[in-house]
Amino acid sequence: MSSKYHSPNMDRRSFVKIVTSILGTTMAAIVGLPMIQFFISPALNKATGDDWISLGPLENYPLDIPTPFSFNLTRVNGWERSSQSYGAFVLRQSGTDVIVFSDVCTHLSCRVSWDADQDSFFCPCHAAFFGKYGEVISGPPPRPLDRYETKMEEGQLLIHFQEG
Amino acid sequence: MAQSIFTWLDERLGLTEIYDTILDRKVPKVNWWFTLGSASLFLGLLQGITGMMLSVYYVPTPDHAYDSITYIMTGVQFGWLIRGLHHWGASLLILTAFFHLLRVFFYGAYKYPREFTWFTGVFLMIGALGMGFTGYLLPWNQRSYWATTVGSEIAGTVPVVGDFILRVLRGGTDLSAVTLSRFFAMHIWILPAVIIATVCAHLYLVIRLGISNIPDRDS
Repeated sequence: MSSKYHSPNMDRRSFVKIVTSILGTTMAAIVGLPMIQFFISPALNKATGDDWISLGPLENYPLDIPTPFSFNLTRVNGWERSSQSYGAFVLRQSGTDVIVFSDVCTHLSCRVSWDADQDSFFCPCHAAFFGKYGEVISGPPPRPLDRYETKMEEGQLLIHFQEG
Repeated sequence: MAQSIFTWLDERLGLTEIYDTILDRKVPKVNWWFTLGSASLFLGLLQGITGMMLSVYYVPTPDHAYDSITYIMTGVQFGWLIRGLHHWGASLLILTAFFHLLRVFFYGAYKYPREFTWFTGVFLMIGALGMGFTGYLLPWNQRSYWATTVGSEIAGTVPVVGDFILRVLRGGTDLSAVTLSRFFAMHIWILPAVIIATVCAHLYLVIRLGISNIPDRDS
C-alpha cells in the first residue's frame, strides 16, 4: 500500500470498522424496533364493552336462591370473530330487590357454580367457597364476588356489562 | 474494566481467534461481485427473523390463513413492514444468490479444491427456490392457489413417478388444507433446518479453503 494514502488520524481498517458498525446498528434498529411494536401490538388494544343485557322478567327468578343466567357476546380478536359466553347469578331477595353476581371467581378467574347442598358458591380451581351474598367463606379469593349494576325497565331486569 | 472482562472471556472462549478466522481472513484482490454471498447470507438472516415474526400471527389453515394475513397487514402495527421485508427480501435473495452463482461460474471459482463449496452452493440455491415455492402458497389467495396448482401439476409431468410426486406435494389428489399445512411445515421447519446446516457447511468451506482470485489471462 502506498504511503500517500496513509492518514495519521485513522487507517482504512478502522474507518471501515466504524462505518460497518454504524450501518449495521442502523439496519438492526430499523428492523428490530418495529419488530418489538409488531409483537406487543395486540396487547395495546384493550377490549371494551359497555352494554345493558336483559335477563328477562324478574318474576322468572325464584326468591332467595341464586339462579344462573348466561349470555353471549360477539368478540373480535385478531382474525377471529367468536361468540363468548358470560355467566351471572341472579339472587332475588324480595319483590324488587335483586343482586346479580358475576360468576368469575375473584381469585384467578375460574367460573363459580352454585352449590345448593352447601348453600354457597363453589370454585373448583382452588376450592374456594363464597356465601349466598358473595362473601368469601373459605379459600384464597381476595374479595367477594363482583356484582353487576342492575336496573328495571318495562318489567325486565337489566345488568350493566362493562369491560376494559 | 470492560477490557479485563473481555480478556477473561477471550482467554476461555477464544473470541479473538474466532474473529480473526472469520473476518480477518486473507482474501485476494476482489471486486463488488464478491459481496453477493454475504448479501445472500444477510438476506437469509433477515428472512429468518421476519419469518419468525410473521409466524406469531399467521395461521396455516384454509379458513384463517388469508384472514390472519389481512390482520397482519391492517391490524398489527408495522405488520406491513415485517411482511413487506419478508416478501421483497425473498425475491431479492433469489437475485443475489443467483448472481453469486453466476459470479462463481464465470470466474471459474468452483474448480479444485472448491468443488464441495460449489455443490453446497447449488444445493442452497435449490433450497432457496424451495422456500420460494412453499412460501408462495401460504397467503392462500387466488394467486397462491393457482400458482401451486400449476407448480405441482408441472412436477406431475415427470415420467412414471410424476403422479406420485404430485400427490406427495399436495398430500393427496387435490390442493387442500393438507397441502397448505405441509407447505407450511416445509417452509418453516424442514427446509430452514436443511438450509441452515448447508449454510454452515458452505461457510466452513469458504473459510477453510479461502476464495479464489479473479482469473487473469494467464490462468
